[in-house]
Amino acid sequence: MGAHTLPVILLLPLLGAVGIAFTGRWPNVREAVSLLTAVTLAILVFSWFPEVAAGARPAVTLSEPLPGLSLALSLEPLGMMFACIASFLWIINTIYSIGYMRGNREKHQTRFYICFALAIAAAMGIALADNLFTLFLFYEILTLSTYPLVAHKGDAKTVASARVYLGILIGTSIGLLLPAIIWTYVATGTTTFTLGGIIQGNVPGPAVGLLLGLFVFGIGKAALMPVHRWLPAAMVAPTPVSALLHAVAVVKAGVFCVTKVIIYIFGVDFLFSQPSAQWLQYVAAFTIISASIVALYQTNLKRMLAYSTIAQLSYVIMATIILKPLAEIGAAVHIAAHAFGKITLFFAAGAIYTAAHKTELWQLAGIGRRMPITMAAFTIGALSMIGVPPTGGFVSKWFILAGAFQAENYLAIFTIIASTALNAMYFLPIIYFAWLAPNAPDVDMEHGEAPPAMLLALGVTAALTIGFFFFNQPLLDLESQLVQSLPL
Amino acid sequence: MNLADHLPALQVALPLLTAPLVILLRTGFLAWLAALLASLASLGLALLLTAAVLETGTQHYAVGGWQPPFGIALTVDGLSALVLLLITGASSLALAGGRQSLRLDIDNRRAPMFYGAWLIAMAGLCGIAVAGDAFNVFVFMEISSLATYILIAAGRDRRALSAVFKYLIIGTIGATFYLIGVGFIYMMTGTLNFADMALRLNDVIETRPIIIAAGFITIGLALKAAIFPLHIWLPRAYTYAPNAVTVFIAACSTKVSIYVLLRFNYAVFHGNLLGHSDLFAVFIIPLALSGILLASAIAIYQGNLKKMLAFSSVAQIGYIALAAGLASQTGLVAALLHMFNHALAKGTLFLCVVAFVLTSRSATIANLHGIGRRMPWTMAAFVLAGLSLVGVPGTAGFISKWYLVVAVMEVPGWGVPLVVAIIASSLMAVVYLWKFVEVAYYGEAPGDDTAAMEVALPLRTLIWVAALSNVYFGLFPQLPLALAQSGSGTLLGGLN
Repeated sequence: MGAHTLPVILLLPLLGAVGIAFTGRWPNVREAVSLLTAVTLAILVFSWFPEVAAGARPAVTLSEPLPGLSLALSLEPLGMMFACIASFLWIINTIYSIGYMRGNREKHQTRFYICFALAIAAAMGIALADNLFTLFLFYEILTLSTYPLVAHKGDAKTVASARVYLGILIGTSIGLLLPAIIWTYVATGTTTFTLGGIIQGNVPGPAVGLLLGLFVFGIGKAALMPVHRWLPAAMVAPTPVSALLHAVAVVKAGVFCVTKVIIYIFGVDFLFSQPSAQWLQYVAAFTIISASIVALYQTNLKRMLAYSTIAQLSYVIMATIILKPLAEIGAAVHIAAHAFGKITLFFAAGAIYTAAHKTELWQLAGIGRRMPITMAAFTIGALSMIGVPPTGGFVSKWFILAGAFQAENYLAIFTIIASTALNAMYFLPIIYFAWLAPNAPDVDMEHGEAPPAMLLALGVTAALTIGFFFFNQPLLDLESQLVQSLPL
Repeated sequence: MNLADHLPALQVALPLLTAPLVILLRTGFLAWLAALLASLASLGLALLLTAAVLETGTQHYAVGGWQPPFGIALTVDGLSALVLLLITGASSLALAGGRQSLRLDIDNRRAPMFYGAWLIAMAGLCGIAVAGDAFNVFVFMEISSLATYILIAAGRDRRALSAVFKYLIIGTIGATFYLIGVGFIYMMTGTLNFADMALRLNDVIETRPIIIAAGFITIGLALKAAIFPLHIWLPRAYTYAPNAVTVFIAACSTKVSIYVLLRFNYAVFHGNLLGHSDLFAVFIIPLALSGILLASAIAIYQGNLKKMLAFSSVAQIGYIALAAGLASQTGLVAALLHMFNHALAKGTLFLCVVAFVLTSRSATIANLHGIGRRMPWTMAAFVLAGLSLVGVPGTAGFISKWYLVVAVMEVPGWGVPLVVAIIASSLMAVVYLWKFVEVAYYGEAPGDDTAAMEVALPLRTLIWVAALSNVYFGLFPQLPLALAQSGSGTLLGGLN
């Protein structure tokens, strides 16, 4: 395929959004259009995989408003992986959404599917961005298109949470990320992602740490403390939104941007030599530990998962900032592994809400006996979060730890071990209570499993979580291209 | 000479001569149609002139064949062309979109007079842009101001009368200051022609009358351009004017005063007065900065949508003034681009207000709760134009903000604080816009009636054309960029 067909990846979900808007009156047709768009998009994205894996880097420039500042798309290993994950999980999430939205008789379903398609288009734009300007453009579109999804319910409390969501994401991006991009442009004359980085020699030593800070806190979607507050706030959204967007597309877009900036703007080798950039690993370590501790105290299932996500996102940042080849691969792989695990957990949470209307942890006692399929999937997802084999979470943790040993970075090693223990502390009791404890008192037990569409979706993602443990070679090969130039 | 050579004169003559004919028409509809056609024809003329400027450079025209310095000279360069496009474009947009709204605001009997005044205001503004000498600028300034006072006061809202009185007093002071300054310069140099003035000032530099003249002219024009804190006439005038009139004047009238300010300070004074650009910067940058920060903050607390957008205009004028005060090539390009891009965004936003008021009869935010659900198309366009106002990439506002930030980064020592101020103001813009957007989409509608009530298709189409032009010029800014670059070249030409 020629590189000039790359924009089709963005146009397809947009076209889908238009189709959904016009078929809104007939729910069956509308959802068929939604599903068809998702499947077509995934096929299209995956058809690029072999080419990129073989080393091709298709690129196309759409417009150049200012010299050195262009709207350009390209595919490289990191973006390829992100696009694959987001587009594939969109199919499953659409199936799940159909079950969830109908099962809970949600209002404004057409708006929901339209905004979802727009958000996916924006996520594709982030994956394919060839420079910081394009990245920023789609980053903002992603924030704006997910706002109606977060505020979906429309009551005062939801709108207030959505305001926090939008305020933090827009505030950090305009207040910090944009200055960082402008600074980069003024210092280097370009914003194009270049393997090996563009900063070296253009920004003096101590300022590198500051610029890095503007980037990582400006990318609020990566939820590094203290700009993480929007993620728990976003949990007021319907669960399919939390599942695909706030476990995969939006948050992964955040760490994806951070990883991309570190690899392609700063350059791994250059950043490793900069003492002023080392602070980031302490912040990441702090985020991992404290988010895990906060998760320990949560009583609401979705909020607990949100804090777990915050910790897991910082794993990726931690892995990236170890700045060793194995850890970079680990960062990329963790984006995928966590995506499969966390979407399974959210799917399970949504299934419990739909079938049993339960949202609090104490209500879950004994639920495994009434919803065995859902809770089996939940267990697999939770094990992946802890990093127990044979789940996907083990693979990425392995690489990150290997990278940490390579760098002799004891802070990272300690953090990962401590947080593994913490993860076990908040997930294992739930699993135990759900399967083995007696039923909670005063709880309605007259319910069975969730609708079949939802079970299908969470079954697939649970299978993927396990499957990723065994079949991860194509992804490893792809991502090792990122670090080819570095000594292993 | 063929007709094409008369374009600069036609630009003024066409609306000026159509105005009395419009007054003779009997019905409001015919008068409106005639005014719209005249306005569109002027837009066509402006486009032809722009093409000519981009192709062959500055266009000179001697009225009646009398050569300057004795005759009246008209000059159209890239800068004038940009301003002409703004004036005629804003007028056409406001007239085309404002038919229904104006029919409600203006008494049918007086409508022909109103549209006549509209054309005179447009002719005056165009005249300022094409005039090649300082005195004709004053004449056209008075023509346009007097006609604008009529337009603002023509509506049914009686509060417009006190607002326009304030505007009239301050506008007159501004024009008088300008005239005093021009008088001093004439006394010292014996010429009113901008080009001659720039040459002859050389002989009398550093004389006290010239320095005083520079002060009078700068302050007089800053009053008319509503540079903070000389803006006090603007919010009420914008708020209580008929909605369609607000679209017109908000998009272009202050920008024309800034145009004259730039022309005088750069083309005339900059090359001649030693240290003038430093003095100008010391005067204008603090004012611009306080405008950027304070006016944005005030906008957050407005309960009336039009007033909120008016204060936002004061802040945006601050951006233009800040960029203009930097006295650099990039700064001037940023200022001129922002004149264009802000007009696009504000024109679209006020056009959306026209639509809101048409259906809900109020511009008070409390009465507009839930409007986004009832008028989804208009509201989406409002959001799009709002993004351009904030400066989100992909919209026109981003291009000029980018230039502005790059320009202030070039200022040694002050780059970072200035960037912080610009970004703080952009974030405040997010706050005041989102305060409205949120209640528009999620607020409880005030009445029981929640049915959809979109405005008629033509107006909706026009709103969307305007909104999409914000995106178009954000991705393909070549035309305004070329004009801004040529304009900044002319302005700094006196220096080099």
